[in-house]
Amino acid sequence: MPAAGCVRTVIKVCWRIFILIALWVGMGYAAAQTAASPARSLPLSQLKSGLHYSGKDVQALHADEFANPAQLWLSQGAQAWGQPSAANGKSCASCHGAVASSMKGVATRYPAIDAASGRLFNLEDRINQCTTRHQQAAPHMYDSDALLGLSLLVTQASKGMPLRVDIGGAARSHWQAGAALFSQRQGQMNLSCAQCHDQNFGQRLYTDALSQGQPNGYPVYRLEWQKPGSLERRLRSCYAGIRAETPPWGALEMRQLALYLMWRGEGLPIEVPAVRK
Amino acid sequence: MTMAFARIQWPERVFAGDVVKVRLLVQHPMDTGYLQDLLGKLVPRNVIQSLTCTWGQQVVFRVEPSSGISANPLFEFFVRADQTAEMHVAWTDDRGVKGSLRQTLPVLPKSSS
Repeated sequence: MPAAGCVRTVIKVCWRIFILIALWVGMGYAAAQTAASPARSLPLSQLKSGLHYSGKDVQALHADEFANPAQLWLSQGAQAWGQPSAANGKSCASCHGAVASSMKGVATRYPAIDAASGRLFNLEDRINQCTTRHQQAAPHMYDSDALLGLSLLVTQASKGMPLRVDIGGAARSHWQAGAALFSQRQGQMNLSCAQCHDQNFGQRLYTDALSQGQPNGYPVYRLEWQKPGSLERRLRSCYAGIRAETPPWGALEMRQLALYLMWRGEGLPIEVPAVRK
Repeated sequence: MTMAFARIQWPERVFAGDVVKVRLLVQHPMDTGYLQDLLGKLVPRNVIQSLTCTWGQQVVFRVEPSSGISANPLFEFFVRADQTAEMHVAWTDDRGVKGSLRQTLPVLPKSSS
């Protein structure tokens, strides 16, 4: 009897250890699952670029490699890329070389955490940081022609490549803030981004088809603006549209929302230079 | 912005005697004077007053766009190609800012076929 009791105790202990290990592994797996892929309100298989919701005339101008007016800013950006800074003689090209190879894929990863400051940077912030730190020049104004030229040029180097932002690590909390902002009702219209762009895309808002609000064409040439503009400007227009208080230029919440949008449109190819109504 | 950009497009292979389409895209805000900037301030009228294309010695296209023309206008016109020459595009706007573009448009000798 004592021998049998001993065996029974050993089996019991082993069983408990096994259950503990199974629980631990299971919890770890579940945690890894939620960390890797948060639930998507818009499935990846349903993603459509804003070009899909544009009229035939806009699509034609977008596709016309000569007449697409964003090309003028691309020429400007290409010139600025090789322009030495007055302060120290450094140009973008002095460090980065040819834009087509050195900047390939870069735009697919922004907004991203800046390793030095720990802040969330969009592509324009990154360019301006280079301008001030490495070229020792004054930062470009938001949505100035000079900045748009450079951001268009850098983004064009990733043309056709899929959006793929990193929402892990320090970017996680920014992604969460962006996701919350996306579904937050606000403004006099009391509308959230999700109500138009998750729940009603493809429907008409006056004469326009509502798009999914995908960010893969930015900086974009908009006929309404008669010039190119950044994603931040587009978001500000949406805020004005729902009569919400527009945050100041450079606001963190716009970068958080942009990060969420880029994650939401994951896999869509970059279309710059793009044209929209 | 002091430096303006323009682009000109012309078929790749043009033979002497061909009538070809020239496309010209000019960077200009073409401000009508009725719109506000991002801060709500009225933007004064500033449009291209006159734009001239001279090919070799000859003026081949001249236009005086008014405020009804969109920003970054696209112009298309036809010319009869005689021989390789430089196309000189020059424009002036309401602020007196001048822009110009020079580009040689090559013409191949008449094909024998």
